[in-house]
Amino acid sequence: MRKALKQYAQVSPYLAVGFALTIVFVMYPMVKGMYISFFHYNVIKPETSEAAGLSNFRHVFRDPLIGTAFRNSILLALVTVPGQWVIGLVLALLIQAKTVRLKVLWRLVYYVPVISSWIVVSYLFRFLFADGDEGIVNYVLVDLLHVMRDPVNWLQNTWTANAVIWIVSVWKGVGWVMVLYLAALQSVPKSLYEAAEIDGAKPFAALLNITLPLVRPLTLYVMINLINGAIQAFIQAYAITQGGPMDTTQLLNTYLYKQAFQYFDFGYASAISVCLGVLIFALTYTQQRSIGRDRIEY
Amino acid sequence: MRKIRTILIHLLLVIGVAFVVAPFVYMVLTALTTDNFSLPSPHKLMTDTKTFANFAQAWGKNHFQLYFLNSLMVTLLTMAFSLTLSACMAYAFARFPFPGKELLFRVFIFTLFVPAIINIIPQFTILKALHLVDTYQGLVLIYVGSGLVGSTFFLRGFFERIPRELEESIVIDGGGRFTIFRKIYIPMSLPAIGTLAIFSFQGTWDEFVVALTVMKSEAHRTLPIALQLFRGQYATYYGLFFAASIIALVPTILVFLIFQKQFVQANLSDGSLKN
Repeated sequence: MRKALKQYAQVSPYLAVGFALTIVFVMYPMVKGMYISFFHYNVIKPETSEAAGLSNFRHVFRDPLIGTAFRNSILLALVTVPGQWVIGLVLALLIQAKTVRLKVLWRLVYYVPVISSWIVVSYLFRFLFADGDEGIVNYVLVDLLHVMRDPVNWLQNTWTANAVIWIVSVWKGVGWVMVLYLAALQSVPKSLYEAAEIDGAKPFAALLNITLPLVRPLTLYVMINLINGAIQAFIQAYAITQGGPMDTTQLLNTYLYKQAFQYFDFGYASAISVCLGVLIFALTYTQQRSIGRDRIEY
Repeated sequence: MRKIRTILIHLLLVIGVAFVVAPFVYMVLTALTTDNFSLPSPHKLMTDTKTFANFAQAWGKNHFQLYFLNSLMVTLLTMAFSLTLSACMAYAFARFPFPGKELLFRVFIFTLFVPAIINIIPQFTILKALHLVDTYQGLVLIYVGSGLVGSTFFLRGFFERIPRELEESIVIDGGGRFTIFRKIYIPMSLPAIGTLAIFSFQGTWDEFVVALTVMKSEAHRTLPIALQLFRGQYATYYGLFFAASIIALVPTILVFLIFQKQFVQANLSDGSLKN
C-alpha cells in the first residue's frame, strides 16, 4: 500500500495534468453524452432538463430524415472506402515499380490534397461543380469533351450532389492510403518477389499471394480509419450542400449537428451521436480485435 | 515490352496527377484574375492579365490578418501544450511502475476508438459550465485534451525502445528522473516528436467543427471559420475568396515541405537510386 502510494507520488508530476485533461475533455464527455441522450436537455438551464427515458432513441428510429442521413452515410462509406483504398493501393504499386523515376516527386504531388485544408478543398469543389455554364466541370464535359449535351445542376439534385461529396472524399483521401502503402511495400523483402518470379508467378498473383497478405495489418489499420472517416464525414457535406437540396444529402453527422446547434435539441442530437458511435464501433470492432494480434512476420 | 510497360505506368501516373492538380490550378488562376463577379469562364482564365491584386486585397480586408494570427496563436499553443504533456505522459507509461498502469492505458486506447463527434456536445456543455465558451483557452483546452491519448500512445512506443543502459551515465552523475527524461528521452526521440508536431500543426490549423461550435464572436474566429465568413460577404468576388483560401493553405504546405524529408528519408527506396 505504502509502496503503491510512493509510486503514484513519483509518477504523478508526469501524469497528473494530462490525465486530468483526458478525463475532463474525453472520458467525462463520453459518459455525459450518453447521459444527455436520456433527457430533453436544456442548454441554457441544464438543471431544469426533463428526463426523457428512451423517447430520444425512439425518435431516432422514427425520424424519416435519419433514414435519409443513414442511407447517405452508408453510401458514402460504400463508395469512398473501396474507392480510396483501390486507387491509393494502385498508386503505391505504380510508384513502387522498379522502373519509375522521380518517386519522391510523385509521392509529394499525390499527397498535397491530404495536407490541404478540408474546408478550402470543399469550397473549391463546390465551385468546380457550379451549376450551368459557370462551372468548369460542366464546361469540360459539355463544351470540351462533348460527353453531355446540357450542363448539369450538380448541387441541385440529390444524387449528383451526393456524388460531388463522394468525389471530394476520394480525391482528398487517396494520397493518405498511398503514402502508408508505399512505406509498407518497401519493407517487404525483395527476395520474396524474386522467388515468385522464378516460380513463374504473374505480377498480379504476386500481389494477391505475397504483398497483400504481408501488409494485412496495415490494411486493417487503413480500413478502420477509412470507415471511421466516412461515417464521421462532416465538412464536405456541410460546406458543399449544407445537406440540401431539401435535406436529402444530410449525413448522420451533419444532421445531428443541425439538431444540436441549430435547433438546440441536445438530447436528441446526443441520442443520434450515441447510435452513430455504436454503429462505428460495430463496423470496426472485428478489425480492431485483430489489429493487436496480427504482426508482420517474414 | 518492358519499355512499353514503363511508359504506360508513367502515363497513368501523369493522368492521376492531372486530376490531383487541376482543381488547384483552377483555384490559382481564379485568384490571379480580377473582376470575378461570377465564376470566371475558362477563356477569361487563360487570357486575362494575371495580377496579385486579390492576394493583397484579401490579406488587408475583412480582418484577415487578425484571423490568421488567431489561428497561428491557437495552433502554436496547442502544439506546445500537447507535445509537452504527451511526452510527459508517454514517459510515465514507459518508465514508471505503478498499480493499474496497463489497465489505465487500455482505457485510454479504448477512447481512441470512440468517434470524436460523440464528444462535441458534452465538450460544449463543459466549456459552458467553465465559462470558457468563445475563449481561446477553451478552444486550446479541447484541442489539447482530445489529442493527448493518441500522441501518448505514439510516443510511448518510441520511449520504450530506448535502451535503459543509457540512463546509467545520468544516474552516476547524480541526476534524477527528470534529468534522464530531459537529457535522454527527449533528444533521442526528436524525430518522433517532430512528426507529432507536424500532425498537430496540420490538425489544429485546419480544424473546423470544434472552432465553429465554440467560437462565437467574429473577432475570435480562426481561419477556417473566417473563410466561410469571407465567402458570405464576398459571395461574388471569387478571386478574392480563392486568394484568401490559398493564403490559408500556405502554412500547412510550407510546414510539410520543410519537414517532409523526415518522413521521406526513412523509406527512400533503392529503386530510385539504382536506375
